[in-house]
Parts: sequence; C-alpha cells; structure tokens
Amino acid sequence: MAHKEMTHSPEETHGSFKAYTLGFVFSIVLTVIPIAIVMNGWLEGRANAIMLMVFAVLQLAIQLLFFMHLREEKKPRYNLISLVFGLVILLVIVAGSMWIMMYNMVAV
Amino acid sequence: MAQSHTPENVNQADLHAEHHDHVDLEGVRTFGFWIYLMTDVILFGTFFATYMVLQGNTNGGPGPDDLFQMNGVIASTFILLTSSYTCGLALLAMNRGKLKALIGWLGVTTALGAIFIGLEISEFIHLVSEGATMGTSAFLSAFYTLVGTHGLHVIVGLVWMSGLMIQLARKGITPVTKRKVNIISLFWHFLDVVWIFVFTVVYLMGVS
Repeated sequence: MAHKEMTHSPEETHGSFKAYTLGFVFSIVLTVIPIAIVMNGWLEGRANAIMLMVFAVLQLAIQLLFFMHLREEKKPRYNLISLVFGLVILLVIVAGSMWIMMYNMVAV
Repeated sequence: MAQSHTPENVNQADLHAEHHDHVDLEGVRTFGFWIYLMTDVILFGTFFATYMVLQGNTNGGPGPDDLFQMNGVIASTFILLTSSYTCGLALLAMNRGKLKALIGWLGVTTALGAIFIGLEISEFIHLVSEGATMGTSAFLSAFYTLVGTHGLHVIVGLVWMSGLMIQLARKGITPVTKRKVNIISLFWHFLDVVWIFVFTVVYLMGVS
C-alpha cells in the first residue's frame, strides 16, 4: 500500500528536482538583479522603488509556485482562496496605512 | 490511504466526505497550517506598513543609509535562499522514501538557518554598539520589531526542525511525520518570502 501511495497519489505535494533547482536559480537571479540595481545606482526615486518591488513580487511567485506547490493543489483550491484573502487584507493594511499617513491633509 | 478498504476507512469516508474521496485528515491539517500562515501574512503586513510609515522619523539619529552594512545582509540573504532550496531537497528525499537523506537535508537547512540567525544577531550587536538601539528613534523601533519578529520566526523554525529530526529518526517516514515535514517546509519557504520583502523594503530601499 505504502509503495502504491508513493508512486501516484495526486494530492501529495511532490515537486521534482528540476522544479526545485529551477526555482532556486530563478530566486538567485531575481536577488542578484535588484542588488546590482541598488549597488550601481542605476535607478532613482520612484522608478527604483517600483523596480525593486516588482522583483520582490516575482520572488514571491517563484516561492509559491516552485517551492510551496501552489500549482499542484487539488481542486477545491482552499489554499489559493485563503492566500488571495490574505493578500487582500495585506494590501488594505499596507497601501491603506501608507495612503492615509502620507496624504492625509487633515493631520498636516 | 485511498487504496486501503478497511471497514473504518470506508465508514469515515461515507460519514464525512459524502462522495468518492477518502477523508484526507492530514490534508486538512496542512490546510489549517496554511490558514496560520495567512495570519502571519497579516502580522508582517502590519509591521511592514508601520516600518514604511516611520522609516523617515529618525529623531536626528542615524538613518538607514548610515547604519546598514550591505555585505553581511546580502550574504545572509543568499544563505536563506539556499536553505529554502535544501529544505526542498529534504522534501524530495522524503517522497522517495529516503530517511537518511531527509534528515541530512533538514540538518543542512537547520545549519544554514543557524548561520543566518548568527549573522542577524551580530548585526544587531553592531547596531547597538553604534548607539542605534530600539529606543533611539521611531525608525529603529519599527526596524527592530519587523526584522526581530522575522528572526524570532526563524529561531522557532530551527527548534521545531531539530525536534522533527529527532522524531523522524525514531519513527521513520509515516503519514504523520510526512505531513509534519510538509508543514515545516511551508513554514520555511514562507519565512524566505518574508525575508525577501524585508531585504527589499528595509535594506535595498534603505540604502538606495
């Protein structure tokens, strides 16, 4: 029974050596590029901040897809749904706080 | 589990799952941990928001530009990324049923995590010696809270992983220990994600 389970059981998070290595290489590349941008001062101000955030979000996607097996989840995708819910709250907290603290003219 | 047709399993499946599928209790437990991770998303989101709002409030004290030494931080970033990979290799070893390789890769992951924490502690000691303590400014309060909470999570992960290695050595690869390894790998990758954002928002944006 144990052997059968190991060979095919669709709900288990398997991943493969290739996927992990690919994810690792991607994450290294996506870290080296922003470091190069900052160390060489290629970008400034808003463009710099946006570029760095783009690379961080790409990293997040790599970790979720290649390492945390979000792709392989079976059908009622509860993990994905709860993740989306978490990210919505995250956005409200972070973007909302920054917006109200930086552009609130009443407090100035 | 799907293949075993013992009376209990069939019964449980009838009671709880209604149609075709077996009760995937371990899967439900993993989902429960995923929900916990989402609460951590909110916790760290709040700390990030606080940090972003307060990062300019240095109260005449040192700012990010004066304080951060990027070489150490870059090194610890690559160490943590590598530990995320070795944690994945542990999972692969487990799925192939190789207990020794599983414990070995978990050991490597723990060691890399310990090095990361060591670097973080020495960074904090260095900052405090420069007079940048938690009470110096609002910026530093937010900094220590955010980075320190991540560090605390890593320490908890290290203790947890060490305990799991002992359990694995005793009980081998069972459905229960399998689920536990899956969960700790989720936790570890998640901490990697949080660190990526700490590295980007606090350090890279701080010095640029």
